[in-house]
Amino acid sequence: MSSGTIIFAVLVLGVTIMGFLASRWGAARLNSLDEWALGGRRFGTVVSWFLLGGDLYTAYTFIAVPALVYGVGALGFFAVPYATIAYPIAFVVLSRFWTIARRRGYVTSADFVRDRFGDRTLEVAIALTGVLAAMPYIALQLAGMKAVFAQLGGAFSAAGGSISLAVAFVLLAAYTYTSGLRAPAMIAFVKDTLIYVTVIAAIVIIPAKLGGWAHIFDVSQATLAAKPGGAILLKPQQFFAYASWAFGSSLSLFIYPHSITSVLAAKSRGVIRRNAALLPVYSLLLGFLALLGFCALGAGYTTTNNSAVVPMLIKQFFPNWLGGVAQAAIVIGALVPAAIMAIGSANLFASNVFNQFSTERISGEAQTAKWLTLAFCAAGLLLVLTIPVAYAIYFQLLGGAWMLQIFPSFVFGMYTRWFHRRALLIGWLLGMIAATWMGIATGFKPNVTMTIGAFSVTGFLALFALAINLAAAVILTPIFDRMRVDRGSDMSAAALPA
Amino acid sequence: MGKRAWYLLLLLPFIGTLVPQFYNRLEPPLFGLPFFYWYQLLWVILTSILLGIVVIATRRPDDV
Repeated sequence: MSSGTIIFAVLVLGVTIMGFLASRWGAARLNSLDEWALGGRRFGTVVSWFLLGGDLYTAYTFIAVPALVYGVGALGFFAVPYATIAYPIAFVVLSRFWTIARRRGYVTSADFVRDRFGDRTLEVAIALTGVLAAMPYIALQLAGMKAVFAQLGGAFSAAGGSISLAVAFVLLAAYTYTSGLRAPAMIAFVKDTLIYVTVIAAIVIIPAKLGGWAHIFDVSQATLAAKPGGAILLKPQQFFAYASWAFGSSLSLFIYPHSITSVLAAKSRGVIRRNAALLPVYSLLLGFLALLGFCALGAGYTTTNNSAVVPMLIKQFFPNWLGGVAQAAIVIGALVPAAIMAIGSANLFASNVFNQFSTERISGEAQTAKWLTLAFCAAGLLLVLTIPVAYAIYFQLLGGAWMLQIFPSFVFGMYTRWFHRRALLIGWLLGMIAATWMGIATGFKPNVTMTIGAFSVTGFLALFALAINLAAAVILTPIFDRMRVDRGSDMSAAALPA
Repeated sequence: MGKRAWYLLLLLPFIGTLVPQFYNRLEPPLFGLPFFYWYQLLWVILTSILLGIVVIATRRPDDV
């Protein structure tokens, strides 16, 4: 075994042990959903920073963003404004949600929607949207892990990495079952440290070896000129696509179930507010990673498998031991969000699909959620072992667009009860159908071209679907009111901040 | 109003990053990075600072 492989094995084994030990953290009695799924709602600023950073900036992100930049150049850099403006939004919306959730004991976004609009169907719709969006996300984390195992050689690579992947994931499922959110929270410290070490090393070592940024961008410009839509600057017709892609993505980042789970684990509103200001450090890291896409162009790579460019750079430019650290960073960087996504999905199912939300919390729902976590892990594993990765990527793209469709009920719902519950439900349904249809019709491109008469604009699919969703909700609300359809009871009103 | 006016600072990152017409150019580069890239990375830091200001300016006594 090489030094890199030994370092890799020690780190991955170490976090597995941490995952099991995490159940003892903070004298946990893990028989309630608050304790098991939200770590007892006691995480302070530092733990939450690592947890949220570990949760939102996944291994998949770190592979996919440089891959996109490598493929199209400037347009792929949308991830940076996306990960910038997400924080002012999170600051305003999530600190409000945290307050309401603490007062009413919510574990999920659908808990709030149920409480606010008194509508069972809307509750289930919101919950299922989150689960549907999380599934391909879990699968993509696994795909990233599998790629690393396949590259390691020896016993790790047996059956294309599938066997190592299955072992790692069964262990993940086991410690998530026993320790709940405490497991990924504890492992996140290791994950984020490894990611920082890897990215900072990469951004110091690689550009220097390639002759500096000016040279890298010269080569990139020449290479990208041969690719459709590629360049080191945006073309004017890409402006709206770039901005709407960043804006639409930033709206959906914090309403994913794994974000909500980590946010509700914070011990105070102040923790959320401070983290909104501190988490952009990770976005800087993401920006550096995006620039690695240009390094791959500068290095003259001509692969058609864009996702391979980061592993290729690591292999070519890192000393063997540092390569082991980087590979561990990718695998552990996938384990943390995968665990939280499984917990978040399980919470939605346990709290809002199998049962309906009640402030008393249903007895036994923690046990239901624990079993469901195993089921979601198994489903993710099955997905990644049976379907091609390309389908998981398409599914993930649609998932992001679907996720945004809960925005009117969930986010606007925190500020106004003007919308009628039935109008929100129909708006959601139309948004889901529109997003799916546009996705399929365009061959799963994130940006679609809309033509209305002589006016034509290319923009982010999810945002167009949200526009349809909102238009329906706005038009139908007065109609349902005119028809005197019951508005449902609002139990959350007293808990809303002024 | 009063303290709430501070929240208006949070509109700046949207204006700064969502209008590519402002920054879609190569010059001036920084450490060899075209303006387009370092400008947007700079906004990550500026946004963090703006949020820090708003966090402190709008703090309530119960924000522990």
